[in-house]
Amino acid sequence: MTIGAVPSSVDHATGKSRIELKNVSRGFGEEWAREEVVQNLSFEIKPGDLTCIVGPSGCGKSTIVNLVAGYDAPESGEILLNGQKITGPGKDRMVVFQETALMPWQTTFDNVAFGPKLRGDGARADIDREAHRLLEKVGLGDFKRKFPSQLSGGMQRRAELARALINKPLLLIMDEPFRGLDAMSRPLMQEFFLRLFEENRRTNLFVTSEIEEAIFLADRLVILSNRPAQVRAIIEIPLPRPREFHMMNSPEVFEIKREALAILHDEAMKSFGGSVGAGARQMDVMEARP
Amino acid sequence: MSAIAHESYAADTRPAGSRQPTGFGMVLYRAKKSFGSPTPYLMMFGIGLWLFAYWLLCEALSLPRFEKIPGPITILTDWLSASPNQGTSIYTPDYYQHIYVSCRRILVAFLLATALGVPLGLLMGWSRKVKEYTFPLFETLRPIPIMAWVPLAILMFAGYETPVIFLATLASFFATTLNTMLGVQSIDESYFRAAGCLGSRKRDVFWHVVVPGAMPYIFTGLQISIGVAWFSLVAAEMVSGDYGLGYLILSSYVNSVTVPMVIGMLTLGFVGWFSSAIVRFIGDRLMQWHVKALAMQGR
Repeated sequence: MTIGAVPSSVDHATGKSRIELKNVSRGFGEEWAREEVVQNLSFEIKPGDLTCIVGPSGCGKSTIVNLVAGYDAPESGEILLNGQKITGPGKDRMVVFQETALMPWQTTFDNVAFGPKLRGDGARADIDREAHRLLEKVGLGDFKRKFPSQLSGGMQRRAELARALINKPLLLIMDEPFRGLDAMSRPLMQEFFLRLFEENRRTNLFVTSEIEEAIFLADRLVILSNRPAQVRAIIEIPLPRPREFHMMNSPEVFEIKREALAILHDEAMKSFGGSVGAGARQMDVMEARP
Repeated sequence: MSAIAHESYAADTRPAGSRQPTGFGMVLYRAKKSFGSPTPYLMMFGIGLWLFAYWLLCEALSLPRFEKIPGPITILTDWLSASPNQGTSIYTPDYYQHIYVSCRRILVAFLLATALGVPLGLLMGWSRKVKEYTFPLFETLRPIPIMAWVPLAILMFAGYETPVIFLATLASFFATTLNTMLGVQSIDESYFRAAGCLGSRKRDVFWHVVVPGAMPYIFTGLQISIGVAWFSLVAAEMVSGDYGLGYLILSSYVNSVTVPMVIGMLTLGFVGWFSSAIVRFIGDRLMQWHVKALAMQGR
């Protein structure tokens, strides 16, 4: 399957939908202590694409997630999902959170079946069957009756993926989902998630602060500026799918990485506001002392 | 060949009969394990040491200021005697009447306080509006000591029973409500968000996030509340009562019979301990997820 072969019809079964952010702005604080977090932000997520948002820490990535998820509303501009304005949270946009948000008082199985059962989407037997299928798929077949606290970090993320996918969202929003995983399970989760994504290519907005993770997973990188967040660069990742780890060693990946890191470094320096330079000078003075 | 190897790998390698024991088997297993460790012996030694010091002070040496206090042997012989010197033992029906009356009052007060306190606490924690309406009044009344309510309770309620129950309920209610409210406020925002994007209505959020999320705090509150119910009950029984352990303690003191006084105190200790153990047991039963989460942290 090539990247171009995206069907034009958009529905829940395929999960291929278009997201457009048009001049979105959001600031916080009272008039006299106002801070613009997102300013005139515009970009588009194509149907069936995995778009990674990368930016220096504190640049407003989580605010963007909240806006697209509908937990927060932009002060100006609009966010469109398949041409329709987003007005609040809904099951068409599932968020996989930074920290696990599985309900600790429900078993893994109940967590996964929770959404559809609550909304009464179909017969309970069908929901149960689908929950069993998804849990097997994410490799948690033997852990259905366990509580989230009894799962490892990687298992919790997979359970959360299952809980999101059972709702057949139009857009899957992942807010630094693999942060906090150890060095062993992180690449495993990335690969696992890639296989899951490449299977049906549900439109995905993936937020991360790791540039390598972003290149490995994404079709496009949206690199954000320092706060207030604006699009600094959009980089297409020309790697074929299915993605393999060895592709990360190609010269074009190095070139993309170099380019992206240069922009990110540039933006990160702005957030220090020149204080790094002053600090370095101070160090020079101290070292110059006898 | 490879299939066989795979099967033997997947087979359970634990010895036969090592399945988790259930019910009474589990109790036996735990007891066996516990008596294999030094903990129960140290505990017995500790209790023995205290009793010995108590005996030494009151009975063996009869030091000044201690000579009027009944020693452990005096108490135990009277407590277990069919014809007690000072009128109260496990053979006198009055003793059970006192226990029964106090337990009944606690049960009514505790259930009443829980039925009122948990819903109010949930609403106060969940809705800013409810909190704003009730919290200032709640916080003004809460620090008033239960003893200060005694005259008002006697004026408000007729008879022996209702003022005593009112006082125990009041103390218990404050503890339950406050803990429940804090429980709701302690729930992580991300669970509300997750419930929101999964399509929960307000009602669903209440039943699937607010109530289970506050549960650990609620049960901490209930344990505190049953404790304060006991001590305010005894205080109330001392002022207004015809039966009950508090009444037994005070009337024994008034009649200068010190042994029943101490028997009353010790009985209170045991009954109080037992009642909070029941609350703890129910809590653990209702919150398997919490018990398991604590177990994962090695607690």
